[in-house]
Amino acid sequence: MDRWLQALIVVVGVPAALVGYITVVEGAMRLLPERAQPRVRPWLWTAPALAFLALFLIYPALKTIYLSFFDARSEEWVGLDNYRRVLTDEATLTAIRNNALWIVFFTLLAVTFGLVIAVLTDRVKYEPVAKAIIFMPMAISFVAAGVIWKFMYDYRPPGTPQTGTVNAILTGATPIDPQAWLLDPPRNTIALIVAAVWVWTGFAMVILSAGLKGIPGDVLEAARVDGATEWNVFRRIILPLLAPTLTVVTTTMIITALKAFDVVYVMTSGNFDTDVIASRMYKEMFNVRHYGRASVMAVLLLAAIVPVMLFNLRRFREQEAMR
Amino acid sequence: MRTASMPGHPRGRTEAGARGRTRDPLAPLRRTPVHAAIIAICLLWMIPTAGLLVSSFRDPAAVSNTGWWEALTTPSEFTLQNYERVVDTNNMGRSFVNSLFVTIPATVMPILIAAYAAYAFAWMRFPGRDWLFLMVVGLLVVPLQMTLIPVLQLFTSWGLTGSFLGIWLAHTGYGLPFAIYLFRNFFGGLPREMFESASIDGAGPWTAFFRLVLPVSIPAIASMAIFQFLWVWNDLLVALVYLGGRPSVAPLPVTISNLVNSLGQNWQLLTAAAFISMALPLLVFFALQRYFVSGILAGSVKG
Repeated sequence: MDRWLQALIVVVGVPAALVGYITVVEGAMRLLPERAQPRVRPWLWTAPALAFLALFLIYPALKTIYLSFFDARSEEWVGLDNYRRVLTDEATLTAIRNNALWIVFFTLLAVTFGLVIAVLTDRVKYEPVAKAIIFMPMAISFVAAGVIWKFMYDYRPPGTPQTGTVNAILTGATPIDPQAWLLDPPRNTIALIVAAVWVWTGFAMVILSAGLKGIPGDVLEAARVDGATEWNVFRRIILPLLAPTLTVVTTTMIITALKAFDVVYVMTSGNFDTDVIASRMYKEMFNVRHYGRASVMAVLLLAAIVPVMLFNLRRFREQEAMR
Repeated sequence: MRTASMPGHPRGRTEAGARGRTRDPLAPLRRTPVHAAIIAICLLWMIPTAGLLVSSFRDPAAVSNTGWWEALTTPSEFTLQNYERVVDTNNMGRSFVNSLFVTIPATVMPILIAAYAAYAFAWMRFPGRDWLFLMVVGLLVVPLQMTLIPVLQLFTSWGLTGSFLGIWLAHTGYGLPFAIYLFRNFFGGLPREMFESASIDGAGPWTAFFRLVLPVSIPAIASMAIFQFLWVWNDLLVALVYLGGRPSVAPLPVTISNLVNSLGQNWQLLTAAAFISMALPLLVFFALQRYFVSGILAGSVKG
């Protein structure tokens, strides 16, 4: 009961406090001289947001860079020791290699499937239904997707009935023995990537499909009337016109691949050489309790993402210039 | 990417099937491979979820001895006892409530706070405005991992680890860049005349924001609400780090990832637990898919 009362207070209280803030701000504005208002007002409207951004993103990000030069308990300056240690550690190198596999295969598969499905469903009347089916996994958690795919890969010894779908199909359709998909590197990382691709293909599809709808129909019609084959229409018209959208999708997928964590944590806990940088960092934080090295891992992730960030900023400024 | 166009498909063709509708009598036949491919892909995409759903309703003995597809021919073995069991003994009921506790304030807070800031970014002039907004765009892709340790240290010194308040604040901070970006682009697309006529009528910023901007921005707010709801509901990492594994506060993803370790091969229970965590997101997804999609299209730079 206490809990529900608390819930009620929160559900009513949080919006009330936030609306109250602006009400008080605007009330206080009336006390200011007319000319000062436009100078003060924007800062008070943005203040809560800027405070949250500063406290939960900007300050911690800078602090993490700083902490990466300190020891396990963030007490003693150790210079570049953490970097030296992390970048020569076998476990980190495996994680970096796995992240590279993630970037290449996850991005390639999700974007390719997304594009193929977007182009195919564009031609049929039941497009919304088909797209909803592909898109559905985006709504569920990576944890649930991890359970789903762990079950798909379930392994039983040869000769016994296979309960995992993948092995059942494999043993049913071919004479090959059932495989323990999550055991042997690097195949197990690919198996994890497949699960993530199942989740994210819908995302790529949705964006590419919208880009496809933006291509004027008469351009395609004209090419077809001129006798272009469907393949040539796709290759010479659709692909080039879709290039900017493809870039956006690809960069999003690369970021997702870099930050991969949940699937690995749930399906293998990073065992059998499936660790990625994010799961290594978690282990350094909570198993090894070495904040310095964990910070180095985070800095590695940031370093990999900075080019994407700069690219986004440039693209944003170009868009703004066109507004 | 088009950024400000919320209602989905801009110019160009509008709906499916508009393409390739020639008067060739053989056309339907020629498109058979297309249909076959789409149906095959859709089946492929549904199989994993179907396996989960079917297994969660099966008898434990059946699950460990035969494949889930066998149940399709012997429906007599279906039971609800897996669900009863995970809710009663595996903390799933409590976790569901915890997830609601975490998610609702963590969805409301960033939306309102971002809306204020976005309104200022879109319709007020102040020095440094463009640079600050550029900073927001930059923050869109900063990996959460960069913030975990310092925020955890802050929370420890404030006594906020393991508390709902801490995780609300953290999710608010993490959700803001995308929310500000989305709202600012949407608000910025509203007609200037709307504000001018309002200010002639003597309406101040409070009235303009709550009576004009918010009502016409329902689509953008709905998109953001769905996004943030799904993101927080499905989040594992943030909950794991700031809430820890204590059952009394653990939301669904944390509980389920623990069950994966403790229940091992008890697939009938794991699948039931996973499905409980999926029920609400799937409901939201199928009811409000349109807004979810327009949110993705409006802000596809979020990582």
